[in-house]
Amino acid sequence: MDIHDFLISPAETARRKGPHDRIVMSSRVRLARNLKDAPFPGWAKKPDRLKVLDTIRPAVESLPEMKDAFSASMDSLSSLDKQILVERHLISREHAAKTSGSGLILNREETICVMVNEEDHLRMQALRPGLQLRQAWTAIDSLDSQLEKKLDYAFSPELGYLTACPTNIGTGIRVSAMLHLPGLVLAEQINPIIQSVNKLGLAVRGLYGEGTEALGNVFQVSNQMTLGESESAIVERLEKVLAQIIEHEGNARATLLEKKPKMVYNHIGRAYGILANAHSISSKETMNLLSLMRLGVDLELFPGIDRSLVDELFILTQPAHLQKQHAEKLSAEERDLLRADMVRGRLKNVSRPVVRPPAAGGSTGLDKPDK
Amino acid sequence: MLCCICKEREATVHLTQIADNKMQKVDLCEECAKNKGVNDPTGFSLADLLLGLGASQEIEQASGGADTRCPRCGFTQADFKKAGRLGCPECYKTFAEGLETLLKSMHKGTRHVGKVPDSLRQTRDLSDRLKMLQKKLAKAIEEENFEEAALLRDEIKQMNARLSNIAAT
Repeated sequence: MDIHDFLISPAETARRKGPHDRIVMSSRVRLARNLKDAPFPGWAKKPDRLKVLDTIRPAVESLPEMKDAFSASMDSLSSLDKQILVERHLISREHAAKTSGSGLILNREETICVMVNEEDHLRMQALRPGLQLRQAWTAIDSLDSQLEKKLDYAFSPELGYLTACPTNIGTGIRVSAMLHLPGLVLAEQINPIIQSVNKLGLAVRGLYGEGTEALGNVFQVSNQMTLGESESAIVERLEKVLAQIIEHEGNARATLLEKKPKMVYNHIGRAYGILANAHSISSKETMNLLSLMRLGVDLELFPGIDRSLVDELFILTQPAHLQKQHAEKLSAEERDLLRADMVRGRLKNVSRPVVRPPAAGGSTGLDKPDK
Repeated sequence: MLCCICKEREATVHLTQIADNKMQKVDLCEECAKNKGVNDPTGFSLADLLLGLGASQEIEQASGGADTRCPRCGFTQADFKKAGRLGCPECYKTFAEGLETLLKSMHKGTRHVGKVPDSLRQTRDLSDRLKMLQKKLAKAIEEENFEEAALLRDEIKQMNARLSNIAAT
């Protein structure tokens, strides 16, 4: 089966709703597991990896949650297909580089995605729109409990689930949320926030995870420590920190609008201006400007426009998605032209942002200098 | 002070992270800091960096040099240095001593807390119970309470049978 016949359309994906989805784009919980008697994927020879894949794949496919799932060996996917899966946040960049001996099983709803022979034999993740860490944990916990009956996990009573990298040992859990934080970035409060989150032993990463840039003001916050703290305690800790970040982002947006409305309108207006009129635009610039438009939608500066319009463009304008819509191989320059055409087309019926009347109390609309 | 990555240039970037009252320190030269994305705080986390720095040296010291080889998979110290990953589950036993320091530096504790596979949980509960019964038995014998000792002995026998049953399946 072709992965593109299987995947939910970007339009539909963008319309999915979840709690706090204004700020929390998605929640994810992943578990790392390994089989007892096999070398870890990075050290295993190809026959070992194939054997592990042949053991794990049918076990995962047989679970009720994975009925009608998409299941494939990584060598059966083209590099473009794999890149599309990365852009959808379904597989890691590391997994996209894998070929035979590695596999992928994705359920119909795209809420559970299992990578076989990534860094560990099993990387299973549950995904949810908005802030739903607990739901994601429950879903993946149940999947794992069913799998442990079919597979012989590497587990030590002292060290917990054994993983290829010592950073994941113990629970093997990574609980993470993808956050859109344009307010904190514009208010220049993002660095102190990142630092204090780091101090709490949590990691802040960019759009595509480990070692990536925070394009489009999107940040991933996740736990780092996996040994010595239970899964539910980790979920709870993340929930608390996320609640704080959500509050700070909300406050930053409100304060900016009150104290520096011109600055906010200027950023959003310019973002709209470029997106609606450009004839060539890079993926990076598009994301950063779409982020500002998303903020504009949240602040009700684009009446009648749904956030899903922006979120769909977030997906569609990324390089592999853009390439997929065209039969011939595109150069980066050609992609920039086609991307601009698409964005202009999509924004044809979007009027320029409105300026909200100043709040009662007689604000002049001019930015007040900082105290 | 020399940079702890390249060990060539002078370290000018000094980082400290405190988590759960444990302090972690890294000293880097400007170039390595840039390579590691340190000046971009958004893409940086100390644990990512610490891994593959002190880790392999610690293992080397503890396991008595670079020659230790995992009997199961043939993985060595040098391989860990290169990959930052271990070879197989058994490696955790092979390199246990050195790993303990490493795990202490990157995690909240050194003992697993949380989910345990069901089958193991049963075994663990049984063996905990077994240990308790054996203590009771020793005490009963000491107190020359032979009637109770006989009962305990039977119960222990049953427990052992259940344990070997689980192991067999």
